Amino acid sequence: MTSTLTDTASADCFEAKALVCIRDDRILFEDLSFSVNPGQALVLEGRNGSGKTSLLRILCGIRLPESGEIAWNGKDIFKLGPEFREHIAYLGHKDGHKPDLTPLENLRIAQGLGKAKTGIGLEEALEQVGLYGFEDVPTRNMSAGQQRRLAIARLLVTDAKLWILDEPFTSLDRMGIEHMERLFEAHLQRGGMAAMTTHHRVGFRDEIKLVRINLSER
Amino acid sequence: MSTLSLTSAFVLLFKRDLTLAYRRRAELVNPLLFFVLVTAMFPLGIGNDPVLIEKVGPGVVWVAALLSALLSLDAMFRSDYEDGALEQFMLSAHPVSILVLAKVLAHWMVTGLPLFIAAPLLAMMLHIPDEAIPTLMLTLILGTPVLSLIGSVGVALTVGLRRGGVLLSLLVLPLFVPVLIFATDAVHTASVGIPTTAQISILAAMLVGSLVLAPPATAASLRISLS
Repeated sequence: MTSTLTDTASADCFEAKALVCIRDDRILFEDLSFSVNPGQALVLEGRNGSGKTSLLRILCGIRLPESGEIAWNGKDIFKLGPEFREHIAYLGHKDGHKPDLTPLENLRIAQGLGKAKTGIGLEEALEQVGLYGFEDVPTRNMSAGQQRRLAIARLLVTDAKLWILDEPFTSLDRMGIEHMERLFEAHLQRGGMAAMTTHHRVGFRDEIKLVRINLSER
Repeated sequence: MSTLSLTSAFVLLFKRDLTLAYRRRAELVNPLLFFVLVTAMFPLGIGNDPVLIEKVGPGVVWVAALLSALLSLDAMFRSDYEDGALEQFMLSAHPVSILVLAKVLAHWMVTGLPLFIAAPLLAMMLHIPDEAIPTLMLTLILGTPVLSLIGSVGVALTVGLRRGGVLLSLLVLPLFVPVLIFATDAVHTASVGIPTTAQISILAAMLVGSLVLAPPATAASLRISLS
């Protein structure tokens, strides 16, 4: 347990070294290196099919890179396993919740899959994403935008430091996008980190430091 | 990481799968209905020959249980794969093999356990002698979890394929055969009054073995399917 103590004491650091990703005999990107520090957001840009989603899946450890290393506080994430995964929250193309369960049940599972009962309360998380009053509506009856909001609420119920977001603003209305940007900003200002792709221009405040990588212009 | 939060994650996931199964009751009945119909049709097909029916009885019950397990296996990870919930499991702060075990246990509760409960009735229909029915029940309670556990590895490997059904049968049916052989042999032996300790012990050993070995294999297979 001493390692986790030092982790929280020192600033966390997430870095990738010389990543290579090959799909269907095509090199999507090679020799990709970057690092993300607390308060920073990595924003991936690039054309469709340039490997943004693949990179995010590699970063959270679902997919293996062809070569290269991803390190959390200097240690390889594949060696860390669950010790790395307790620090991340992933929002993929698919929302990742069950249509047959209510939002509250879905969030409870998301929280249970995390390390411990941390993060904010479930109702509060729903309220923060504008789903107050939808606690007991079956998720399948909600609109696509509302389901996306629920997926974002999942990020709030664990105390994950690194949010990995694949097109988080899909199907959200303009107000919703602005609102979610404020939530992401608040996370970054608390010392969190983010890695995200978006087609939308990210409207974070100026003091938030963005690390921009364009995968199709490399 | 505390053991407490791991236990609660296990219970949470187990309950989640039971809730999901309950909300889709119609699909739940399928494997049981298949099991009952196959065993009920057999005597009709064979004709009025109690001696013959008694002889094939244990085999019929077990083959029906095996096929019904195969029928229900695909649903174990399919919907989680499609709606992205599986990715979330793989990124959980808990060991994936423990979460897999919770899912397999829930799957067995809704597909294997009903067969166990329906078995005595079907056994009587198939003229299986009364003294062999406890043995049949014992083989089912030991054997059907093995089917779910071995099946989970096959399902995990084929869940990423669009038409994995045939491949799944090819992968797991050969592995089901030892269970079938020892289980039916135990029931045959019991019906002539010989002790069945040997067969039951082997079935129990298979259960323990698959309980230990299948979840890590399933977790690894899921990782392959997702990447």
